[in-house]
Amino acid sequence: MDFPLLTVTAAVPAVGAILTAAVPAARRTAAKWLALLFSLATLALAVLIAVRFEPGGDRYQLTESRSWIADFGVRYELGVDGIGVVLIGLTALLIPFVIAAGWHDADPLETSSKRWRPTQGFFALILMVEAMVIISFEATDVFLFYIFFEAMLIPMYFLIGGFGDRAHAGSDENAAAQRSYAAVKFLLYNLVGGLIMLAAVIGLYVVAGNFSLQEITAARAAGTLDMATNTERLLFLGFFFAFAVKAPLWPLHTWLPNAMGESTAPVAVLITAVVDKVGTFAMLRFCLGLFPDASKWATPVILVLALISIVYGALVAVGQRDIKRLVAYASISHFGFIILGIFAMTSQGQSGATLYMVNHGLSTAALMLVAGFLISRRGSRLIADYGGVQKVAPVLAGTFLIGGLATLSLPGLAPFVSEFLVLVGTFARYPVVGIIATIGIVLAALYTLVLYQRTMTGPVKEEVRTMPDLRLREVLVVAPLIALLIGLGVYPKVLTDIVNPAVEHTMSDVKQTDPKPEVAVEAKNGEEAK
Amino acid sequence: MNPVNYLYLAALLFTIGATGVLIRKNAIVLFMCVELMLNACNLAFVAFSRMHGNLDGQIIAFFTMVVAAAEVVVGLAIIVSLFRTRHSASVDDASLMKL
Amino acid sequence: MENLIALLIAAPLFGAVVLLCGGRRLDKTGHWIGTLLAAVSFGIGVVLFADMLGRSADERTLTQNLYTWIPVEGFQADMAFQLDQLSMTFVLLISGVGTLIHVYSIGYMEHDERRRRFFGYLNLFVAAMLLLVLADNYLLLYFGWEGVGLASYLLIGFWQHKPSAATAAKKAFLVNRVGDMGLSIAIMLMFTTFGTFAFTPVFGAVGETSEGMLTAIGLMLLLAACGKSAQVPLQSWLGDAMEGPTPVSALIHAATMVTAGVYLIVRSAAVFNAAPDAQLVVTVVGAVTLLFGAIVGCAKDDIKKALAGSTMSQIGYMILAAGLGPIGYVFAIMHLVTHGFFKAGLFLGAGSVMHGMNDEVDMRKYGALRTYMPVTFVTFGLGYLAIIGFPGLSGFFSKDMIIEAAFAKGGTEGWILGGVTLLGAGITAFYMTRVMLLTFFGEKRWQPDADGHEPHPHESPKSMTIPMVILAFGSVFAGAFFEIGERFLKWLEPVTGYSHGNPPVSAMTVTAATMVMLLVGVGIAWAMYGRRPVPVVAPRGSLLTRAARRDLYQDDFNHVVLVRGGEHLTRSLVYVDHSLVDGVVNGTAASVGGLSGRLRKLQNGYARSYAVSMFGGTAILIAATLLMRAV
Repeated sequence: MDFPLLTVTAAVPAVGAILTAAVPAARRTAAKWLALLFSLATLALAVLIAVRFEPGGDRYQLTESRSWIADFGVRYELGVDGIGVVLIGLTALLIPFVIAAGWHDADPLETSSKRWRPTQGFFALILMVEAMVIISFEATDVFLFYIFFEAMLIPMYFLIGGFGDRAHAGSDENAAAQRSYAAVKFLLYNLVGGLIMLAAVIGLYVVAGNFSLQEITAARAAGTLDMATNTERLLFLGFFFAFAVKAPLWPLHTWLPNAMGESTAPVAVLITAVVDKVGTFAMLRFCLGLFPDASKWATPVILVLALISIVYGALVAVGQRDIKRLVAYASISHFGFIILGIFAMTSQGQSGATLYMVNHGLSTAALMLVAGFLISRRGSRLIADYGGVQKVAPVLAGTFLIGGLATLSLPGLAPFVSEFLVLVGTFARYPVVGIIATIGIVLAALYTLVLYQRTMTGPVKEEVRTMPDLRLREVLVVAPLIALLIGLGVYPKVLTDIVNPAVEHTMSDVKQTDPKPEVAVEAKNGEEAK
Repeated sequence: MNPVNYLYLAALLFTIGATGVLIRKNAIVLFMCVELMLNACNLAFVAFSRMHGNLDGQIIAFFTMVVAAAEVVVGLAIIVSLFRTRHSASVDDASLMKL
Repeated sequence: MENLIALLIAAPLFGAVVLLCGGRRLDKTGHWIGTLLAAVSFGIGVVLFADMLGRSADERTLTQNLYTWIPVEGFQADMAFQLDQLSMTFVLLISGVGTLIHVYSIGYMEHDERRRRFFGYLNLFVAAMLLLVLADNYLLLYFGWEGVGLASYLLIGFWQHKPSAATAAKKAFLVNRVGDMGLSIAIMLMFTTFGTFAFTPVFGAVGETSEGMLTAIGLMLLLAACGKSAQVPLQSWLGDAMEGPTPVSALIHAATMVTAGVYLIVRSAAVFNAAPDAQLVVTVVGAVTLLFGAIVGCAKDDIKKALAGSTMSQIGYMILAAGLGPIGYVFAIMHLVTHGFFKAGLFLGAGSVMHGMNDEVDMRKYGALRTYMPVTFVTFGLGYLAIIGFPGLSGFFSKDMIIEAAFAKGGTEGWILGGVTLLGAGITAFYMTRVMLLTFFGEKRWQPDADGHEPHPHESPKSMTIPMVILAFGSVFAGAFFEIGERFLKWLEPVTGYSHGNPPVSAMTVTAATMVMLLVGVGIAWAMYGRRPVPVVAPRGSLLTRAARRDLYQDDFNHVVLVRGGEHLTRSLVYVDHSLVDGVVNGTAASVGGLSGRLRKLQNGYARSYAVSMFGGTAILIAATLLMRAV
């Protein structure tokens, strides 16, 4: 057997987590550097995966397969397709930024005891989440996926509940209560989703006799595995519910603003840019692959829910008074776009949705991390407490604006490519849905620019007069993200080349072809336009 | 004598025991009532054994006695230690066993 | 030669990157770098132009395909440029006027500590605008389209410490986004109909689809054009956009960006030609805006807002001409170019006046400036004569052609449109004369500014006056140059097509009627503002004046319906989210909690009550068993 690259990629952050946790209390800085080192090593491995991956080759590559729980047909099966590769890349890429941005977020307070080691715990938990997310992207065994899909709730729970945003209104006790409410809400929502999914996972085993994604998908496609219509629909709903909670889709979204609002900015990025992507990724891989007919059956309802998410999330974002909650609702709107793209069942929609996952990760990371830097300076999350920041901290304001422009999908920045592909892909099959979704681009401009105007422009407020501009560490965090946003905005080919073949496979899973244009036009290079 | 009468007696004894458990407060009395119920059961077992010409019932009666003896040992120990701390053998005073 | 096309865009883009990322160390040289790179772009444009002139009319189109921008199954957007006569016209206008305004800004922004950044934004604008006109497909055009929107946003809000500027910038961006919705839907329609959105294949396949589809595409493109070109009903942002520094108003909100809508319609000529219904809507929008802008321009006391109303109105002319089809395309572009000269010149003149008057914008506080600012007076005056269509000057030729074309449309439509354009010409003469009289004639009505400084009007520095002189030169001669031997018509005809139409009246009659309207307009303005003194505080005015001052209440309508309504909507949704969606979840949690609280009471700790439940349970079980037996 070849070198088990996928296992190693997931194991490196896990080992890093254990080592970081073991660093003695006094050596906090060493723990930080250790965590950063391991996250960078993971990034190197993720790059290696992308290099070794051949876009034109087999559907799942770098596969590993070992027997695990033989009695139940559970196997330790890993493999990546193009979609998995880019999402592993996104995860491995963002974690170093999360760690660097949260460098001081978990320093113990002056008053706490000497043996208290929050810093080590914070970075160890982040690495643990990374390991679990990566293995979720790699697993091609449904049971294996389920285990890590659920297990990542544990470190996330502690990250949200244990390390809150130090900028909060009111007393510390009040903030702690809010935080624990957010953490419990996060846990309960996802546990309920997970339990329903567990029932569906067991049901799938009963019907199919094993947990192998590849075998079941192949059998479904070849027609050798029949499912009663109702069985398939129920199983689909069980899976979809869990992913819709994670993603999150309206009306299962209310845990996200709480969780993002109460946690520190890097953890908020971890939630929305990394962990939530497992939900949308799993819709694409598991829902469509395992239950193609049921997916088509549920499409109308899901499209409507996605549309509601887009418009509703954006409108509620406009009405927010808290910067981080605003970003959270904006994310809900963006997740609506991703789900729309997945269930439009066109090549453009699904490629767009996959790119959207990556680009949303980058843009939200940029916006949220800068917002975190801003909040840590003033000690408040309320928009009304800011004004005129542009005058005193132009670099901070500039990066914030670029993050905001990425959020509103300005052409030239990466999210535009994906958002337009999703819109076109949706429009090609469902014109009315496509047109309504287009309203989202106006609303996105509204909440972003209102946020920018209220915080950055206008007369300088007394409290922000002495605000320092971005420090070197902070610039180093934001600059690469912005470079990536611009780079992927003008040259998205690097990603689409990897993603396109995987999308074709998914399209053939659901037995869908793109709607043909009304008039076939000879493309100018002489090649047949599809 | 008709063995059914023994069953009537057992039922009577069991009822007395159950009533005692429900209405008396003193732990010792409660305990005696429990014993009464157990012995009512023993009587019923023996009577059944006789009626069916089968020894199983008598064997079970022995088991019951052994279990009852063990129970008495544990129970009395609890009652004694309870009395030492609370100076009372009333079961209603020991109501801390709740959520 | 075609490899130079990308350089056209790359030069100012490079400038923008250097200036915006360069930091403080470029503060001293930044404006020179920015101006130089804009000039480089103009230089390349001239080289390409010379090359293009050297080739025959049907070989003039150059294309350059850099790489495939977005390759997805069935969907291909190229990073590819196309330079034909239409694009060339715009390239020269954008980079030429752009360079002049860079030069002007060196003087105008001299005392601004963020001048380097201003030049960075200006370069960004030039790059995006060039991308817009050079794109060979609609998606790339959309890239440039939003790029100029961004530059416009940044420049309108350049003085961000003023809340009004920040609000105006946001408003401009948002209104434009509504238009952008139209453009993206148009692209989607093209994609589903033709499977592509590159210019050449789409225009080639227009004949193969239904007229209804083409009308839909055309109307969506019109929506986009309305947003960018400030046409009714998306015109409300342009007046507020005057919050930006004056060079910005001249370059972006007069000469180039706001004309992008005209470019879009003329570029999509093939689509519109096949969709007469869409064309009709275009002409109606143009006609309405033409009058709307002119009426608003009559009532504004803010010199820049008066000019903004005029811009709206002049672009209304262009849109109307573009809606006429092949009769009008060439003249729409011709008016666009001449308008680029004289309106940029007028704005620069206004900037020069403000520069000398402590940034006062209220024309009622000007007066008698002609002797204090002779160069500004002369250049502004020439621009004024050009815009009202004084015989022989640029505006005379281009506007006259549009009026003729409107009549040539034929039928009732032709008479109505022709009448509207004639009326517009009269109103234009009125409000421009008013601006001229209030600013340069009459007596001094100067007021000290808020800090108590008396204004000391003085001529602006050379860096500002030279661009004004050059633009005045263009305002005077461009029209005649284009018109002699129908040069402009022959130049653009291969791209846009041309037909004479069937004018019901002779060209001479139209010109004579235009002259009459002009004289009437000037005469009324003279009677109202030239003969008697002008009050410093504006009188209450007639109903129409008051309505025009408030932009014909269109903004108030927006405010009540969209802003207020939107606020209520978001507030109620926030409430719904918190109380209903979250409430259901929290309610479930609370009711489970309540139920368990009640169940907890059963565990009271009394051993005998547990015994009762045990006995009771046993009794029920036995009874149930017996009952089952019995049944």
